[in-house]
Amino acid sequence: MIATESLSKRFPRVTALDRLSVDVGPGVTGLVGANGAGKSTLIKILLGLSPATEGRAEVLGLDVATKGAAIRERVGYMPEHDCLPPDVSATEFVVHMARMSGLPPTAARERTADTLRHVGLYEERYRPIGGYSTGMKQRVKLAQALVHDPQLVFLDEPTNGLDPVGRDEMLGLIRRIHTDFGISVLVTSHLLGELERTCDHVVVIDGGKLLRSSSTTDFTQITTTLAIEVTDTDEHPDGTRAVREALHARGVSVEDGSGLPGAGHILHLTAQGEETYDLVRDVIADLGLGLVRMEQRRHHISEVFTADDRNEQRKEAVGHGG
Amino acid sequence: MAVEHSTGTSVPAPGDQTRIHNIGYRSYDGPRLGRAYARRSLYSQSLRGAYGLGRSVKSKVLPMLLFVVMCVPAAIMVAVAVATKAKELPLDYTRYAIVMQAVISLYVASQAPQSVSRDLRFKTVPLYFSRPIETADYVRAKFAALASALFVLTAAPLLVLYVGALLAKLDFADQTKGFAQGLVSVALLSLLFAGIGLVIASFTPRRGFGIAAVIAVLTISYGAVSTLQAIADAQGSGDAVPWIGLFSPITLVDGVQSAFLGATAAFPGGVGPSTAEGVVFVLVALGLIAASYGLLMRRYKKVGL
Repeated sequence: MIATESLSKRFPRVTALDRLSVDVGPGVTGLVGANGAGKSTLIKILLGLSPATEGRAEVLGLDVATKGAAIRERVGYMPEHDCLPPDVSATEFVVHMARMSGLPPTAARERTADTLRHVGLYEERYRPIGGYSTGMKQRVKLAQALVHDPQLVFLDEPTNGLDPVGRDEMLGLIRRIHTDFGISVLVTSHLLGELERTCDHVVVIDGGKLLRSSSTTDFTQITTTLAIEVTDTDEHPDGTRAVREALHARGVSVEDGSGLPGAGHILHLTAQGEETYDLVRDVIADLGLGLVRMEQRRHHISEVFTADDRNEQRKEAVGHGG
Repeated sequence: MAVEHSTGTSVPAPGDQTRIHNIGYRSYDGPRLGRAYARRSLYSQSLRGAYGLGRSVKSKVLPMLLFVVMCVPAAIMVAVAVATKAKELPLDYTRYAIVMQAVISLYVASQAPQSVSRDLRFKTVPLYFSRPIETADYVRAKFAALASALFVLTAAPLLVLYVGALLAKLDFADQTKGFAQGLVSVALLSLLFAGIGLVIASFTPRRGFGIAAVIAVLTISYGAVSTLQAIADAQGSGDAVPWIGLFSPITLVDGVQSAFLGATAAFPGGVGPSTAEGVVFVLVALGLIAASYGLLMRRYKKVGL
């Protein structure tokens, strides 16, 4: 879908992208990096709107330097910032944007109605956008990126500003863009945790350099930390301790999560794979305790890479890029 | 009811027409009409928007009101001409826009910012440029749309005058010639005012500033020019009068039409530019239009994404 080769973008004072070589296949791909890591610059180059200083890039097999217009016809883009006029309705706005993508009037209307329904906007689509909640505005922004049925869509920080429920809904929607609509997705975020659950593949960039590019299954197998919370019973007045001891007896080391929220009540352990989940379930069932929760702890990008890991990846990236 | 008939023929059953739509995602295989179509769509959307069509009721009020204000005096003149059986219209076709310039300025000031400042203020511009259209398409569509809207505003009263003149059985050849000259003149005026208005508006995302700036530029330049012309005329340096006219948009148009379109200049002393001077007026007018286009292009190269 996307291939870049030693792609660099230098501004007079900063290097936004530094010899970035990355291949992105079909599916949902997360592009992770701190603010200023070069995510938005990369998207601009991929849309053919900003020439690269050196290197080359292809989107859908088309060269970004020469085939910008053809790429933009088949690609959708949802910007990070607000981009909606408040005084028109979602329907009018998305119809207009569909026509700007080259859809004939009737098709533009039909596709707009369909797309708004798919992103979860119903009766409110006839009301002016000014009165929408942040979540609804994000949906309109998403709809305008999908209305012309692109083959690939770039979503720049789509979960920004959403509350946890809105975030989960948006992530579910992003997943469906690929599974139900058959459209590949490149989604950026500075939170690795949320992309881990949504994406097939995650590309991490930092300071314009490739830090890591791997499928999410690799990621989660190595890094998942489970958080477990159990109830107390008469038999085990301190259920948390009982579980810790029982797991310890089975050879699983458990941290008590000191320093983390809920310390003392929540156990953290590193999941080695499917069998860890089964083991925890069995241990708790044997003790006769209730399992309040067992969840994957969300990571922030900085936690995922230990210093050593980071250095190793840097070397790899440079070798790859050179 | 969608009853499936397994008739075994390839002819679509009538039930196909009425079946309930599958609510799953449907992909789009229809035509994609590309850049030229997108540019035309943006043009028609902006042109309609300049009269508040496709926008809220509130935004229709001012442009429609100004349109009516433009046409009413023409209707009154026609009524008077018909009633009094006058030999000619009370006002030349070419003079009408000059007399009504305040209304035209107000229209440009209100509609140029709504056309471009909104896209800047709500950051809608990146959505355009992430689509097949490019900077030039956007600028041309917006420019053409506002110029067309102005042409409608300024040509409509001329049409009223012309139709009225024919109803009053005034000389057909005379009236047609005057009408044609008037149309050329307002076409030039529309391009010039649209260019100036858009350039000013495109530099501010704030609509209010845009309105104030456009009004200021149009009225202050006219005020200054006509004052200077009056002073020059009073001091007997009548030669300078036409040249001073180069420095405000409306006197520029007036100069062009007095030199080439048979109009009588509204300049003090009624001295219009000579033919040679008129050439300069035409060049300046065309130069300003081209410069507006160039400035808009430069501006939008920067605000891309």
